[in-house]
Amino acid sequence: MSVFAEAIAEGLDALVSGSVDVWGVVATSLRVSGAAVAVALVLGVPAGLYLGTRRSATRNALLVLANAGMGLPPVVVGLVTAMLLSRRGPLGALDLLYTRPAMVIAQTVIAVPVVAAVTGAAVASVPFDLRLQARSLGASRWQESLLVLKEARMGLVAAVAAGFGAVISEVGAVMMVGGNLEGSTRVMTTAIVQYTRMGRYGPALALSAVLLALVVAVNAILAQVQRSAERFERS
Amino acid sequence: MTDRRVRLAARRAGLLVAALTLASLALASGCSREETSAAARQRLVLATTTSTQDSGLLDVLVPAFEAAHPAYSVEVIAVGTGEALRLGQQKDADVLFVHAPQEEAAFVAAGHGAERRDVCYNRFVIVGPADDPAGVKAAASASDALARIAGRQAPFASRGDGSGTHTKERALWGAAGVEPGGAWYLVTGQGMGETLKIASEKQAYALTDEATFLAMRDALDLAALFDRDAALRNQYGVVVVAGARNERGARDFADWICGNDGQALIGRFGADRFGRPLFTPNGGGDAQ
Repeated sequence: MSVFAEAIAEGLDALVSGSVDVWGVVATSLRVSGAAVAVALVLGVPAGLYLGTRRSATRNALLVLANAGMGLPPVVVGLVTAMLLSRRGPLGALDLLYTRPAMVIAQTVIAVPVVAAVTGAAVASVPFDLRLQARSLGASRWQESLLVLKEARMGLVAAVAAGFGAVISEVGAVMMVGGNLEGSTRVMTTAIVQYTRMGRYGPALALSAVLLALVVAVNAILAQVQRSAERFERS
Repeated sequence: MTDRRVRLAARRAGLLVAALTLASLALASGCSREETSAAARQRLVLATTTSTQDSGLLDVLVPAFEAAHPAYSVEVIAVGTGEALRLGQQKDADVLFVHAPQEEAAFVAAGHGAERRDVCYNRFVIVGPADDPAGVKAAASASDALARIAGRQAPFASRGDGSGTHTKERALWGAAGVEPGGAWYLVTGQGMGETLKIASEKQAYALTDEATFLAMRDALDLAALFDRDAALRNQYGVVVVAGARNERGARDFADWICGNDGQALIGRFGADRFGRPLFTPNGGGDAQ
């Protein structure tokens, strides 16, 4: 157990004294994953709306794709993104490999299927009668979609939480396309890998604690939103 | 359900768990007994640096050692020298094959290592963009080369991971009187292969062991620019971990790698692929 005691002491010191730049790394993580989830919402919510409201063969095929996409291995996303962005790759002229935008791209690819599938499931649970009623009252397509999304807003919160959870804990893709560069592309997960490799369990444990706290916090917010929604429905 | 029934069900469940535990224990011990009675393949954990793995040297050495000593099954953990030493200190590794002689000596002096021996050396090389904007090729020494890079603020990719290569790099910066930092100094915190890949993408300079660079050069847009300096010698050593689980195996490995067979293999390694050997064996000396 002494290995833990030692690491916890060293980790606390790193968190408090700033001897290791823990908070800068946390900020980079939040910035990159936050941007990726934002982009994933823009792409994933319309996709989820389509998946949850249409009935067609194309929709069924896309639903399979979105569900399969939720299990997309991040290392594969990382590999393909790295190959595309590499100097010798087709998008090499953009000079993006080992930058934050490259990490946002990879994490967006990971988050979009999650957001789309969760949104789709939430939207599908909105009663069809409600949509019919809206249409009969002369709602446009756009208004109908907004109504459906409003009814399914709990599902949207779940989609954000699930998407964020998927990317903030991910290490394979960000390591490959970010490169773990100090002060620019080093995020919590890649820093944890690095410190563990170096045998510095203290900072690794400190970052792990922050990462865990973030994941718990996201889920606590989610639970809170759900509870307030239940209260609203009962009243 | 009544209280009695619940209690009965609970007891049954408890019995089932106990039976399963016993069964799996019996199975596990049966397996290990079988292994030892078949006599044979004892686990030998070798902690080494990413450079020996990335260059392909281990792919030659480990099978040859296992052929010479069929009693052992070698498990390789390729990490930075820093973590390799830590693994040794925790007795998670039996034998270390690393390249930071001073730290290895300190490791033995602190009682963590039973003995340390020289095995072989290769060279560190300063690599960088072929057009060499900082004029490293014309440098008088390795530290002068780094001073030129810092002077121009040309991008430089550093391992930053406490590895043997990083330790050497820090020493050279110290000799150059430069404390590197800023946007041009890219700290990857990763292994040699990844760091070279990043240097290639960013068209940055880097300090690398020659073996890893030659093994990867086709995938890199980098050129070897400077290696004419005695300070760039990269000495590898083998350390037997004191009180290791398989200390005997560790000693056998050290004897073998410093013996005629191991040394001959090392001396030939890479000649077919790169036109010349990557490492120079010097393990003939006595234990230090």
